[in-house]
Amino acid sequence: MSTLLSRRAFLRGGVAAAGTVAASPVAKALPQDNTSEQLATLIDIQRCIGCESCVEACRDSNQTKFPNPAKPFPKMYPNRVPVEDWSEKQDVMDRLTPYNWLFIQSAYVDVNGEETELSIPRRCMHCTNPPCVKLCPWGAAQQLDNGISRIDADLCLGGSKCKNVCPWQIPQRQTGTGLYLDLLPSLAGNGVMYKCDRCHDRIAEGELPACIDACPEDVQTIGPRDEIIAEAHRIAADIDGYIYGEHENGGTNTIYVSPVPFEEINRAMEGGKGIPHLGAATNRMEAAENLALAMVIAPFAGLAAAAGKIVKHFKSGIDQGDANETK
Amino acid sequence: MKPNSTTATQSSSRWSATFNGGILFLLMLTGFAQMPIFKRYYIADIPGLGWLAQFYVTHFLHYLFAAIFVAIATYKTAEYMLEKKQVWKLSPRGYLMVLTLFGLIFTGGLLVIRNLSGIYFPASFIIALDIGHLLLVFGLMAGVAYGLFSKTGWLARR
Ligand code: SF4
Ligand code: SF4
Ligand code: SF4
Repeated sequence: MSTLLSRRAFLRGGVAAAGTVAASPVAKALPQDNTSEQLATLIDIQRCIGCESCVEACRDSNQTKFPNPAKPFPKMYPNRVPVEDWSEKQDVMDRLTPYNWLFIQSAYVDVNGEETELSIPRRCMHCTNPPCVKLCPWGAAQQLDNGISRIDADLCLGGSKCKNVCPWQIPQRQTGTGLYLDLLPSLAGNGVMYKCDRCHDRIAEGELPACIDACPEDVQTIGPRDEIIAEAHRIAADIDGYIYGEHENGGTNTIYVSPVPFEEINRAMEGGKGIPHLGAATNRMEAAENLALAMVIAPFAGLAAAAGKIVKHFKSGIDQGDANETK
Repeated sequence: MKPNSTTATQSSSRWSATFNGGILFLLMLTGFAQMPIFKRYYIADIPGLGWLAQFYVTHFLHYLFAAIFVAIATYKTAEYMLEKKQVWKLSPRGYLMVLTLFGLIFTGGLLVIRNLSGIYFPASFIIALDIGHLLLVFGLMAGVAYGLFSKTGWLARR
Protein backbone atom coordinates (compact mmCIF):
# COMPACT_ATOMS: atom_id res chain seq x y z
CA MET A 1 0.00 0.00 0.00
CA SER A 2 1.26 3.46 -0.84
CA THR A 3 2.34 5.53 2.14
CA LEU A 4 2.53 8.82 0.27
CA LEU A 5 0.61 11.78 1.62
CA SER A 6 -0.59 14.90 -0.08
CA ARG A 7 -3.14 17.27 1.44
CA ARG A 8 -5.99 15.54 -0.36
CA ALA A 9 -4.94 12.06 0.69
CA PHE A 10 -4.59 13.38 4.20
CA LEU A 11 -8.07 14.93 4.17
CA ARG A 12 -9.65 11.86 2.63
CA GLY A 13 -8.37 9.71 5.44
CA GLY A 14 -8.99 12.33 8.08
CA VAL A 15 -6.42 13.28 10.67
CA ALA A 16 -7.08 10.28 12.89
CA ALA A 17 -7.31 7.82 10.03
CA ALA A 18 -4.24 9.14 8.24
CA GLY A 19 -2.03 7.21 10.59
CA THR A 20 -3.70 3.92 9.79
CA VAL A 21 -5.16 4.36 6.31
CA ALA A 22 -1.95 5.48 4.74
CA ALA A 23 0.41 3.87 7.29
CA SER A 24 1.37 7.49 7.67
CA PRO A 25 4.96 8.43 6.84
CA VAL A 26 4.31 11.33 9.16
CA ALA A 27 3.88 8.84 11.97
CA LYS A 28 7.17 7.31 10.90
CA ALA A 29 8.75 10.68 11.45
CA LEU A 30 7.94 10.57 15.14
CA PRO A 31 11.11 10.41 17.17
CA GLN A 32 9.89 7.50 19.31
CA ASP A 33 9.62 5.42 16.15
CA ASN A 34 13.00 3.81 15.59
CA THR A 35 12.95 3.83 11.82
CA SER A 36 15.74 5.74 10.16
CA GLU A 37 13.93 6.06 6.88
CA GLN A 38 14.30 9.49 5.30
CA LEU A 39 11.17 11.39 4.38
CA ALA A 40 11.13 13.10 1.02
CA THR A 41 8.75 15.44 -0.75
CA LEU A 42 7.73 15.32 -4.36
CA ILE A 43 7.05 18.64 -6.10
CA ASP A 44 5.07 18.21 -9.30
CA ILE A 45 5.89 21.50 -11.03
CA GLN A 46 3.19 21.33 -13.68
CA ARG A 47 0.49 21.40 -11.00
CA CYS A 48 1.68 24.60 -9.32
CA ILE A 49 -0.40 27.68 -10.16
CA GLY A 50 1.84 30.08 -8.26
CA CYS A 51 -0.90 31.18 -5.83
CA GLU A 52 1.62 31.50 -2.95
CA SER A 53 -0.76 29.94 -0.42
CA CYS A 54 2.16 27.74 0.64
CA VAL A 55 4.40 30.76 1.14
CA GLU A 56 1.78 32.44 3.34
CA ALA A 57 1.21 29.23 5.28
CA CYS A 58 4.92 28.79 5.90
CA ARG A 59 5.19 32.34 7.21
CA ASP A 60 2.15 31.97 9.47
CA SER A 61 3.12 28.59 10.77
CA ASN A 62 6.73 29.49 11.52
CA GLN A 63 6.10 33.00 12.84
CA THR A 64 7.31 32.09 16.34
CA LYS A 65 10.64 30.80 14.97
CA PHE A 66 11.47 34.02 13.13
CA PRO A 67 14.18 36.33 14.51
CA ASN A 68 13.43 39.21 16.78
CA PRO A 69 16.75 41.09 16.79
CA ALA A 70 17.75 43.57 19.46
CA LYS A 71 18.79 46.98 18.16
CA PRO A 72 21.14 48.73 17.85
CA PHE A 73 23.37 45.83 16.76
CA PRO A 74 26.71 45.59 18.54
CA LYS A 75 29.54 46.99 16.44
CA MET A 76 31.40 44.15 14.72
CA TYR A 77 35.10 44.04 13.86
CA PRO A 78 36.69 44.19 11.41
CA ASN A 79 34.57 46.52 9.31
CA ARG A 80 34.20 44.06 6.45
CA VAL A 81 31.80 41.93 8.53
CA PRO A 82 28.44 42.50 6.84
CA VAL A 83 25.38 43.50 8.86
CA GLU A 84 22.43 41.55 7.45
CA ASP A 85 19.16 42.96 8.66
CA TRP A 86 15.87 41.66 7.28
CA SER A 87 13.76 42.72 10.25
CA GLU A 88 12.58 45.87 8.40
CA LYS A 89 11.93 43.89 5.21
CA GLN A 90 9.91 41.03 6.60
CA ASP A 91 7.34 41.22 3.82
CA VAL A 92 9.82 40.33 1.05
CA MET A 93 8.37 37.20 -0.58
CA ASP A 94 10.25 36.86 -3.84
CA ARG A 95 13.42 35.29 -2.44
CA LEU A 96 14.68 33.41 0.61
CA THR A 97 15.18 35.54 3.72
CA PRO A 98 15.28 34.77 7.46
CA TYR A 99 11.54 35.62 7.41
CA ASN A 100 10.71 33.83 4.16
CA TRP A 101 11.79 30.21 3.96
CA LEU A 102 9.83 29.38 0.82
CA PHE A 103 9.15 31.38 -2.31
CA ILE A 104 7.76 30.80 -5.78
CA GLN A 105 10.20 31.02 -8.64
CA SER A 106 8.90 31.52 -12.13
CA ALA A 107 10.26 30.77 -15.56
CA TYR A 108 8.81 31.15 -19.06
CA VAL A 109 9.60 28.02 -21.03
CA ASP A 110 8.42 26.24 -24.10
CA VAL A 111 6.12 23.33 -23.19
CA ASN A 112 4.98 21.38 -26.25
CA GLY A 113 5.46 24.37 -28.50
CA GLU A 114 3.58 26.74 -26.21
CA GLU A 115 5.18 29.42 -24.07
CA THR A 116 4.20 28.55 -20.53
CA GLU A 117 4.94 30.13 -17.17
CA LEU A 118 6.14 27.53 -14.72
CA SER A 119 5.87 28.24 -10.99
CA ILE A 120 8.33 26.42 -8.80
CA PRO A 121 8.19 26.37 -4.99
CA ARG A 122 11.75 26.75 -3.68
CA ARG A 123 13.17 26.12 -0.22
CA CYS A 124 15.82 23.92 1.41
CA MET A 125 16.31 20.67 -0.55
CA HIS A 126 16.95 18.62 2.63
CA CYS A 127 19.99 16.83 1.21
CA THR A 128 20.37 13.19 2.23
CA ASN A 129 23.92 13.98 3.43
CA PRO A 130 23.61 17.72 4.12
CA PRO A 131 26.89 19.68 3.98
CA CYS A 132 25.29 22.48 6.01
CA VAL A 133 24.86 20.01 8.89
CA LYS A 134 28.02 17.97 8.48
CA LEU A 135 30.32 20.98 8.13
CA CYS A 136 28.76 23.18 10.84
CA PRO A 137 31.62 23.66 13.31
CA TRP A 138 29.33 23.83 16.38
CA GLY A 139 26.70 21.22 15.78
CA ALA A 140 24.10 24.00 15.49
CA ALA A 141 22.87 22.60 12.16
CA GLN A 142 21.42 19.17 12.77
CA GLN A 143 19.91 16.33 10.79
CA LEU A 144 17.06 14.35 12.31
CA ASP A 145 16.87 10.66 11.54
CA ASN A 146 13.89 11.24 9.28
CA GLY A 147 16.25 13.23 7.05
CA ILE A 148 15.11 16.72 8.07
CA SER A 149 17.93 19.20 8.42
CA ARG A 150 17.42 22.17 10.68
CA ILE A 151 19.45 24.92 12.32
CA ASP A 152 19.08 25.35 16.07
CA ALA A 153 18.53 29.10 16.50
CA ASP A 154 19.71 28.88 20.13
CA LEU A 155 23.12 27.53 19.10
CA CYS A 156 23.85 29.09 15.72
CA LEU A 157 26.49 31.84 15.77
CA GLY A 158 25.68 33.13 12.29
CA GLY A 159 29.09 32.57 10.70
CA SER A 160 27.26 31.63 7.48
CA LYS A 161 29.44 28.62 6.74
CA CYS A 162 26.32 26.54 6.11
CA LYS A 163 25.26 28.95 3.36
CA ASN A 164 28.75 28.95 1.91
CA VAL A 165 28.92 25.13 1.66
CA CYS A 166 25.29 24.66 0.56
CA PRO A 167 25.14 23.95 -3.19
CA TRP A 168 22.06 26.22 -3.34
CA GLN A 169 23.12 28.83 -0.73
CA ILE A 170 19.85 28.28 1.12
CA PRO A 171 20.37 29.46 4.75
CA GLN A 172 19.85 33.20 5.29
CA ARG A 173 21.34 35.33 8.04
CA GLN A 174 19.82 37.79 10.47
CA THR A 175 22.28 39.88 12.47
CA GLY A 176 21.62 40.94 16.07
CA THR A 177 20.06 37.77 17.42
CA GLY A 178 21.24 34.53 19.02
CA LEU A 179 24.03 33.16 21.15
CA TYR A 180 26.87 35.32 19.75
CA LEU A 181 25.40 38.29 21.62
CA ASP A 182 26.28 36.54 24.90
CA LEU A 183 29.83 35.65 23.84
CA LEU A 184 32.09 38.10 21.99
CA PRO A 185 29.62 39.94 19.72
CA SER A 186 32.17 42.32 18.24
CA LEU A 187 34.76 39.67 17.43
CA ALA A 188 32.97 36.42 16.60
CA GLY A 189 29.63 35.43 15.13
CA ASN A 190 27.07 37.56 13.35
CA GLY A 191 23.54 36.43 14.22
CA VAL A 192 21.61 33.31 13.27
CA MET A 193 21.01 31.43 10.00
CA TYR A 194 17.43 30.55 9.05
CA LYS A 195 15.91 28.14 6.57
CA CYS A 196 13.04 25.67 6.08
CA ASP A 197 13.06 23.04 8.83
CA ARG A 198 10.40 21.01 7.04
CA CYS A 199 8.05 21.87 9.90
CA HIS A 200 9.84 19.27 12.03
CA ASP A 201 7.64 20.12 14.99
CA ARG A 202 4.43 19.61 13.04
CA ILE A 203 5.73 16.32 11.64
CA ALA A 204 6.61 15.18 15.16
CA GLU A 205 2.96 15.88 16.07
CA GLY A 206 1.76 13.79 13.15
CA GLU A 207 0.76 16.83 11.08
CA LEU A 208 1.72 17.69 7.53
CA PRO A 209 4.16 20.55 6.87
CA ALA A 210 2.20 23.80 6.60
CA CYS A 211 3.06 24.38 2.93
CA ILE A 212 1.78 20.94 1.90
CA ASP A 213 -1.33 21.35 4.00
CA ALA A 214 -2.18 24.72 2.45
CA CYS A 215 -1.68 23.92 -1.23
CA PRO A 216 -5.00 23.86 -3.13
CA GLU A 217 -3.42 21.96 -6.04
CA ASP A 218 -1.70 19.12 -4.19
CA VAL A 219 1.62 20.11 -5.73
CA GLN A 220 3.60 18.44 -2.95
CA THR A 221 3.49 14.89 -1.64
CA ILE A 222 5.45 13.61 1.35
CA GLY A 223 6.50 10.05 2.10
CA PRO A 224 9.41 7.62 2.43
CA ARG A 225 12.18 8.56 -0.01
CA ASP A 226 12.14 5.40 -2.12
CA GLU A 227 8.39 5.65 -2.63
CA ILE A 228 8.62 9.34 -3.51
CA ILE A 229 11.33 8.56 -6.06
CA ALA A 230 9.27 5.74 -7.58
CA GLU A 231 6.29 8.09 -7.83
CA ALA A 232 8.46 10.82 -9.40
CA HIS A 233 9.66 8.35 -12.04
CA ARG A 234 6.09 7.25 -12.69
CA ILE A 235 4.97 10.85 -13.32
CA ALA A 236 8.09 11.63 -15.36
CA ALA A 237 7.44 8.59 -17.56
CA ASP A 238 3.83 9.65 -17.93
CA ILE A 239 4.58 13.18 -19.09
CA ASP A 240 7.91 12.42 -20.73
CA GLY A 241 9.38 14.69 -18.08
CA TYR A 242 12.51 15.32 -16.03
CA ILE A 243 13.59 14.87 -12.42
CA TYR A 244 15.71 17.12 -10.19
CA GLY A 245 16.92 16.31 -6.69
CA GLU A 246 17.32 12.55 -6.92
CA HIS A 247 21.06 12.68 -7.56
CA GLU A 248 21.95 16.35 -7.09
CA ASN A 249 24.51 16.83 -4.33
CA GLY A 250 24.53 13.05 -3.88
CA GLY A 251 20.74 12.95 -3.45
CA THR A 252 18.20 15.19 -1.75
CA ASN A 253 14.85 14.72 -0.08
CA THR A 254 13.13 17.16 -2.41
CA ILE A 255 12.30 15.67 -5.78
CA TYR A 256 11.05 17.98 -8.52
CA VAL A 257 9.31 16.67 -11.63
CA SER A 258 9.02 18.95 -14.66
CA PRO A 259 7.78 18.67 -18.24
CA VAL A 260 10.91 20.48 -19.53
CA PRO A 261 14.61 19.91 -18.80
CA PHE A 262 15.82 21.66 -15.67
CA GLU A 263 18.74 23.27 -17.51
CA GLU A 264 16.13 25.03 -19.60
CA ILE A 265 14.23 26.26 -16.54
CA ASN A 266 17.51 27.28 -14.97
CA ARG A 267 18.42 29.35 -18.02
CA ALA A 268 14.98 30.95 -18.18
CA MET A 269 14.65 31.97 -14.56
CA GLU A 270 16.05 35.01 -12.88
CA GLY A 271 19.04 34.36 -10.62
CA GLY A 272 20.43 36.46 -7.81
CA LYS A 273 20.93 36.56 -4.07
CA GLY A 274 18.56 34.35 -2.10
CA ILE A 275 17.38 32.72 -5.33
CA PRO A 276 18.60 29.12 -5.63
CA HIS A 277 19.52 27.68 -9.04
CA LEU A 278 18.20 24.53 -10.68
CA GLY A 279 21.50 23.62 -12.35
CA ALA A 280 23.97 20.81 -11.83
CA ALA A 281 25.09 20.07 -8.27
CA THR A 282 27.75 17.40 -7.80
CA ASN A 283 28.10 15.53 -4.51
CA ARG A 284 30.25 17.89 -2.51
CA MET A 285 30.85 15.55 0.43
CA GLU A 286 32.11 12.74 -1.79
CA ALA A 287 35.84 13.54 -1.89
CA ALA A 288 36.13 13.63 1.90
CA GLU A 289 33.97 10.53 2.19
CA ASN A 290 36.41 8.62 -0.03
CA LEU A 291 39.31 9.90 2.02
CA ALA A 292 37.68 8.53 5.19
CA LEU A 293 38.73 5.12 3.91
CA ALA A 294 42.36 6.26 3.91
CA MET A 295 41.98 6.86 7.64
CA VAL A 296 40.97 3.26 8.18
CA ILE A 297 44.08 2.16 6.31
CA ALA A 298 46.38 4.68 8.04
CA PRO A 299 47.07 2.64 11.22
CA PHE A 300 48.00 -0.36 9.07
CA ALA A 301 50.36 1.84 7.07
CA GLY A 302 51.93 2.91 10.37
CA LEU A 303 52.33 -0.70 11.45
CA ALA A 304 53.77 -1.65 8.06
CA ALA A 305 56.37 1.09 8.47
CA ALA A 306 57.20 -0.36 11.87
CA ALA A 307 57.34 -3.93 10.46
CA GLY A 308 61.13 -4.08 10.68
CA LYS A 309 61.01 -3.19 14.37
CA ILE A 310 58.20 -5.65 15.05
CA VAL A 311 60.12 -8.52 13.41
CA LYS A 312 63.30 -7.54 15.26
CA HIS A 313 61.43 -7.43 18.55
CA PHE A 314 59.90 -10.85 18.22
CA LYS A 315 63.09 -12.34 16.83
CA SER A 316 65.02 -11.06 19.81
CA GLY A 317 62.28 -12.49 22.03
CA ILE A 318 62.71 -15.90 20.38
CA ASP A 319 66.51 -15.66 20.56
CA GLN A 320 66.16 -14.80 24.24
CA GLY A 321 63.93 -17.85 24.68
CA ASP A 322 66.43 -20.07 22.86
CA ALA A 323 69.24 -18.71 25.01
CA ASN A 324 67.22 -19.45 28.15
CA GLU A 325 66.52 -23.00 27.00
CA THR A 326 70.18 -23.76 26.30
CA LYS A 327 71.11 -22.45 29.73
CA MET B 1 81.75 3.87 10.72
CA LYS B 2 80.10 4.14 14.07
CA PRO B 3 80.15 7.91 14.68
CA ASN B 4 79.03 8.49 11.10
CA SER B 5 76.00 6.27 11.45
CA THR B 6 75.05 8.00 14.72
CA THR B 7 75.13 11.36 12.94
CA ALA B 8 72.99 9.91 10.17
CA THR B 9 70.44 8.63 12.73
CA GLN B 10 70.41 11.97 14.51
CA SER B 11 69.85 13.95 11.35
CA SER B 12 67.15 11.56 10.12
CA SER B 13 65.35 11.81 13.46
CA ARG B 14 65.58 15.59 13.24
CA TRP B 15 64.03 15.38 9.78
CA SER B 16 61.28 13.12 10.96
CA ALA B 17 60.57 15.40 13.96
CA THR B 18 60.31 18.38 11.59
CA PHE B 19 58.01 16.41 9.29
CA ASN B 20 55.78 15.30 12.18
CA GLY B 21 55.67 18.84 13.56
CA GLY B 22 54.80 20.13 10.09
CA ILE B 23 51.90 17.69 9.76
CA LEU B 24 50.64 18.72 13.21
CA PHE B 25 50.85 22.39 12.24
CA LEU B 26 48.95 21.80 8.98
CA LEU B 27 46.33 19.81 10.90
CA MET B 28 45.84 22.72 13.29
CA LEU B 29 45.74 25.25 10.45
CA THR B 30 43.17 23.32 8.40
CA GLY B 31 41.29 22.53 11.62
CA PHE B 32 40.94 26.19 12.58
CA ALA B 33 39.91 26.85 8.98
CA GLN B 34 36.75 24.85 9.71
CA MET B 35 35.58 27.91 11.60
CA PRO B 36 34.65 30.90 9.47
CA ILE B 37 37.45 33.11 10.78
CA PHE B 38 40.23 33.26 8.18
CA LYS B 39 38.21 35.35 5.77
CA ARG B 40 36.81 37.64 8.45
CA TYR B 41 40.29 38.35 9.76
CA TYR B 42 41.96 38.93 6.36
CA ILE B 43 44.24 35.90 6.63
CA ALA B 44 42.77 34.39 3.47
CA ASP B 45 43.50 37.70 1.72
CA ILE B 46 47.24 37.10 2.04
CA PRO B 47 48.45 36.00 -1.40
CA GLY B 48 48.74 32.22 -1.48
CA LEU B 49 46.43 31.70 1.50
CA GLY B 50 43.08 32.12 -0.27
CA TRP B 51 42.48 28.37 0.00
CA LEU B 52 42.12 28.78 3.77
CA ALA B 53 38.67 30.28 3.17
CA GLN B 54 37.54 27.42 0.92
CA PHE B 55 35.79 25.06 3.27
CA TYR B 56 35.75 22.01 1.01
CA VAL B 57 39.49 22.37 0.33
CA THR B 58 40.43 22.72 4.00
CA HIS B 59 38.06 19.91 4.96
CA PHE B 60 39.67 17.56 2.44
CA LEU B 61 43.18 18.58 3.51
CA HIS B 62 42.31 18.15 7.20
CA TYR B 63 41.27 14.56 6.43
CA LEU B 64 44.43 13.99 4.39
CA PHE B 65 46.77 15.29 7.11
CA ALA B 66 44.77 13.39 9.73
CA ALA B 67 45.31 10.12 7.83
CA ILE B 68 49.05 10.79 7.66
CA PHE B 69 49.07 11.75 11.32
CA VAL B 70 47.27 8.55 12.37
CA ALA B 71 49.88 6.53 10.46
CA ILE B 72 52.70 8.42 12.24
CA ALA B 73 51.03 7.98 15.64
CA THR B 74 50.66 4.23 15.08
CA TYR B 75 54.31 3.97 14.01
CA LYS B 76 55.51 5.98 17.00
CA THR B 77 53.42 3.90 19.40
CA ALA B 78 54.80 0.66 17.96
CA GLU B 79 58.35 2.05 18.12
CA TYR B 80 57.93 3.07 21.75
CA MET B 81 56.36 -0.19 22.87
CA LEU B 82 58.89 -2.38 21.07
CA GLU B 83 62.17 -0.51 21.43
CA LYS B 84 62.26 2.71 23.38
CA LYS B 85 60.35 1.46 26.41
CA GLN B 86 63.36 -0.53 27.60
CA VAL B 87 65.42 2.60 28.11
CA TRP B 88 62.93 5.44 28.18
CA LYS B 89 59.66 6.28 29.81
CA LEU B 90 57.16 9.03 29.11
CA SER B 91 57.80 12.25 30.99
CA PRO B 92 54.77 13.86 32.72
CA ARG B 93 54.50 16.28 29.79
CA GLY B 94 54.88 13.36 27.39
CA TYR B 95 51.96 11.60 29.11
CA LEU B 96 49.73 14.65 28.75
CA MET B 97 50.74 15.14 25.12
CA VAL B 98 50.04 11.51 24.25
CA LEU B 99 46.67 11.60 26.01
CA THR B 100 45.75 14.83 24.21
CA LEU B 101 46.77 13.44 20.81
CA PHE B 102 44.83 10.23 21.33
CA GLY B 103 41.86 12.29 22.47
CA LEU B 104 42.10 14.29 19.25
CA ILE B 105 42.32 11.13 17.13
CA PHE B 106 39.35 9.64 18.99
CA THR B 107 37.06 12.67 18.74
CA GLY B 108 38.23 13.36 15.17
CA GLY B 109 37.56 9.75 14.17
CA LEU B 110 34.02 9.99 15.56
CA LEU B 111 33.49 13.25 13.64
CA VAL B 112 34.62 11.53 10.43
CA ILE B 113 32.06 8.79 11.09
CA ARG B 114 29.42 11.46 11.82
CA ASN B 115 30.13 12.95 8.38
CA LEU B 116 29.40 9.73 6.51
CA SER B 117 26.12 9.63 4.67
CA GLY B 118 23.27 8.12 6.67
CA ILE B 119 24.92 8.49 10.10
CA TYR B 120 22.85 10.30 12.73
CA PHE B 121 24.46 11.00 16.09
CA PRO B 122 22.34 12.80 18.70
CA ALA B 123 22.78 16.57 18.44
CA SER B 124 24.13 16.91 21.99
CA PHE B 125 26.78 14.25 21.32
CA ILE B 126 27.93 16.07 18.17
CA ILE B 127 28.17 19.34 20.08
CA ALA B 128 30.23 17.60 22.79
CA LEU B 129 32.53 16.13 20.12
CA ASP B 130 32.98 19.51 18.38
CA ILE B 131 33.76 21.33 21.62
CA GLY B 132 35.89 18.45 22.96
CA HIS B 133 37.98 18.39 19.76
CA LEU B 134 38.50 22.17 19.99
CA LEU B 135 39.44 22.12 23.70
CA LEU B 136 41.92 19.30 23.07
CA VAL B 137 43.59 21.41 20.35
CA PHE B 138 43.96 24.26 22.83
CA GLY B 139 45.45 21.73 25.26
CA LEU B 140 47.87 20.57 22.58
CA MET B 141 48.92 24.13 21.78
CA ALA B 142 49.53 24.80 25.47
CA GLY B 143 51.57 21.58 25.70
CA VAL B 144 53.70 22.50 22.69
CA ALA B 145 54.23 26.04 24.00
CA TYR B 146 55.24 24.70 27.42
CA GLY B 147 57.68 22.29 25.77
CA LEU B 148 59.35 25.06 23.77
CA PHE B 149 59.54 27.26 26.85
CA SER B 150 60.74 24.65 29.36
CA LYS B 151 62.79 22.63 26.85
CA THR B 152 61.45 19.41 28.36
CA GLY B 153 61.04 16.41 26.09
CA TRP B 154 58.38 13.72 25.86
CA LEU B 155 60.71 11.03 27.14
CA ALA B 156 62.78 10.65 30.28
CA ARG B 157 65.37 8.00 31.11
CA ARG B 158 64.06 5.16 33.21
S1 SF4 C 1 19.93 22.37 0.50
FE1 SF4 C 1 21.55 23.45 1.56
S2 SF4 C 1 20.61 24.08 3.48
FE2 SF4 C 1 19.30 22.48 2.63
S3 SF4 C 1 20.07 20.53 3.52
FE3 SF4 C 1 21.15 20.82 1.55
S4 SF4 C 1 23.03 21.88 2.16
FE4 SF4 C 1 21.60 22.11 3.85
S1 SF4 D 1 8.14 22.52 5.20
FE1 SF4 D 1 7.47 24.01 6.72
S2 SF4 D 1 9.25 25.32 7.01
FE2 SF4 D 1 9.59 24.22 5.09
S3 SF4 D 1 8.80 25.54 3.48
FE3 SF4 D 1 7.12 24.14 4.07
S4 SF4 D 1 6.02 25.29 5.64
FE4 SF4 D 1 7.98 26.29 5.41
S1 SF4 E 1 0.19 26.61 -2.68
FE1 SF4 E 1 0.53 24.98 -4.18
S2 SF4 E 1 -0.16 25.84 -6.11
FE2 SF4 E 1 0.02 27.55 -4.71
S3 SF4 E 1 2.10 28.29 -5.07
FE3 SF4 E 1 2.27 26.84 -3.41
S4 SF4 E 1 2.77 24.91 -4.38
FE4 SF4 E 1 2.01 26.27 -6.00
